Amino acid sequence: MLTKLLSGDMPRSPVLTVVLVAILIGLAFAPFLFPGVRSVDTAARICVFIVLVASYDLMLGYGGIVSFAHTMFFGLGAYGVALASTHMGRGFDALLVGAVSGALLAAALAFIIGLFSLRVRAIFFAMITLAVASAVAVLVSQLSGLTGGEDGLSYKIPRELGPAFKFADGEIFGVKMNGKLLKYYLVFGVSLVLFLLMLRIVHSPFGRVLLAIRENDFRAEAIGYRVVHYRVAATCISAAIAALAGSIYAIWLRYVGPDTSLSMEVMIDILLMVVIGGMGTMYGAVVGATIFILAQNYLQNLMGSAASAFEGWPILPDLLNADRWLLWLGVLFILSVYFFPTGIVGRLRGGK
Amino acid sequence: MSHPILETRDLTVRFGGHVAVDHISCSFRAGELTAIVGPNGAGKTTYFNLISGQIPASEGSVLLNGHDISRMSVAQRTHNGIGRAFQLTNLFPNLNVLENVRLVIQSKAGRGFNMFSMASDHDDLTAPALEIVKRVRLSDQADQIVSELSHGDQRKLEVALLIALDPLVYMFDEPTAGMSVDEAPVVLDLIADLKQRKDRSILLVEHKMDVIRTLADRIIVLHNGALAADGDPAEVIASDVVQEAYMGKELTDV
Repeated sequence: MLTKLLSGDMPRSPVLTVVLVAILIGLAFAPFLFPGVRSVDTAARICVFIVLVASYDLMLGYGGIVSFAHTMFFGLGAYGVALASTHMGRGFDALLVGAVSGALLAAALAFIIGLFSLRVRAIFFAMITLAVASAVAVLVSQLSGLTGGEDGLSYKIPRELGPAFKFADGEIFGVKMNGKLLKYYLVFGVSLVLFLLMLRIVHSPFGRVLLAIRENDFRAEAIGYRVVHYRVAATCISAAIAALAGSIYAIWLRYVGPDTSLSMEVMIDILLMVVIGGMGTMYGAVVGATIFILAQNYLQNLMGSAASAFEGWPILPDLLNADRWLLWLGVLFILSVYFFPTGIVGRLRGGK
Repeated sequence: MSHPILETRDLTVRFGGHVAVDHISCSFRAGELTAIVGPNGAGKTTYFNLISGQIPASEGSVLLNGHDISRMSVAQRTHNGIGRAFQLTNLFPNLNVLENVRLVIQSKAGRGFNMFSMASDHDDLTAPALEIVKRVRLSDQADQIVSELSHGDQRKLEVALLIALDPLVYMFDEPTAGMSVDEAPVVLDLIADLKQRKDRSILLVEHKMDVIRTLADRIIVLHNGALAADGDPAEVIASDVVQEAYMGKELTDV
C-alpha cells in the first residue's frame, strides 16, 4: 500500500525517512502543532512550494530541461483563480474554473515554447523561457486594468474557507473549527495529491524515458524515442502542475501580485530549493522547500535572539544582527552546495 | 539470399567542400552479413550515420524494404527496423544494466507515454530484458550502474541494446573495439547467432581480419567516401589492389 502510494520510491536512508516523516506530520497537523497565524501561514507556503519545486524538479532533474519560466506558469495559475474570483464572484466554481483554465493555459504556453525551442538546443529553450517570462511579467504589471498592475488583486473566496464559517462547535486543542482550518487542509490535501502524482510520473515508463533522455538524448533517439515529444510533454505537465500550485497559493493568500508569484526572486528561490534538496529525487523538493521557507521566515528571529544573547561581545552582535539574515542565508547556501553537491537527499542516500 | 532489405541509392553527404560519402549505391539482402572495411576516414561511420539518420544526406536516398526512409527522423527509422550500435560506447551511464535494456524493450512496445503506472510493474517488459541481459552474460551485473562497468561489459551492453531492439537491419560499428581477447568472442558469438535469423540483414564495420573471415558473407570496401570494392570475402581480401591501396596497415591478423 505504502509502496504503491510512493510509487516504489522509498526514502532509502534512515535519516531521510525520519526527516520526511517529521515534515509530513508537521504539515499534516500544523494548525494543531503550531497554532498561530504566522506558523500556519508558513506551513501552507511550504506545501505550495513543495509542489512548485517538485514540478520544477520533474523538468530539470528528470527531463534535464532548464527553464526560467516556472514562476510564469505558477503566476498563470494564481492569476487564473484571482481573475475568476473577481469576475465570477466568490464561489467554488470560480476557484475551479480559475485553476483549470490557468493550468490549461500554462500547458498550452509550455507546448508552444517547447515546440519552437526544444528541438534546437537546451540553452535556447532556457533563453526563450527567460524572454517569455520577462515579457509576461511586464505585461501583467502594465495591464493594470485587468491584473491590478503592481498592486495585484485582492478578492473574496468562498465563505466556507474563511474564518467566519464554523463547521463544528467548540475547539480541538484550542483550535477553532472554522473555514480557515478547512482552507489549510484544502491546500495540504491538494499539495499531497499533486506530489504523489508527480512521484508516480517520475517512476512510470514515461519517467524512465525522461531519465534516459537526460542521460543520453542521442541514444534515446536511436532506440526509438522522439526526444522532442517527450521533452515537450514533460514541460507541459510541469507547467500545468506549477499552475495548480499557483492556484492553491492564490486561494490561500486571497491576493495575487507580481511579487508573490511572477518575480525573478521567486524563480531563484525555486532553483535554490531544488539544488539544496537534491535534483532528480523528488524528495529533494520536500526537504529543500521546507528548509528554505523555514529559514526565510525564522532565520531573522533566530538571529535576533542570538544577537541579544551575545550582547556585550565584540563584533558578534553586529554580525548576528537580524538585519544581516540575508547574508547568513547566502552563506548557508554556499556551504550546502559546496558540501552537498547532490543536494541533501542525494547526500543522505549516500550518492556520489 | 533473398530480396534486398536495405538499399542506398547514390547516397552522398558533403561537409563544406569535403565529400565524406560519395554516391554509394549498394543493397543488403536478408540473411546476409556484410563487412564494411576501409582505412580510417574512409567514411564507414558516416555511411552508417546516413543510414540510421543521425546525419541528413545531401543527396541520394535510403530505402528500407523498398520504402524511402531518407526523410524520417532517427526514432522513426528505428521503429521501421533500422538498428544501430555505436563505435564509441553510447549508453545511459547512470542507469543500471537492466534498465538500459528495458528502455529499448519499452520503446518497441510503444509504452513511453504511459505516465500513471509504475515502470517496475511492467513485468512483460522486464522479463524479456532480463533474458537479453542473460544472453550477453551480464546477469551478475544486471543491477550495476553502467558507468561502473568495465569497458568490455559496456561493449556487451551496447550489443545487448541492439539485440533488444531486434531490428530488420543490424548495424554494428566495431563491436569488439578495445575488448580483451577473452571478451571479444562473447560478442562475436552473439553476432554469429544473429546470422541464423534469415530474415535479418547485418552490417558490420570491422578491422580485424579473422573476424571478417569467419563471419562475413560479403565485403564492401570504402575509400575516400566511395565504394571501392564489393564481393566475396576471400576474393576481396586476396585482391592486391585492395590490400595495398585501401587497407594498408588497417587490416591486421589479430
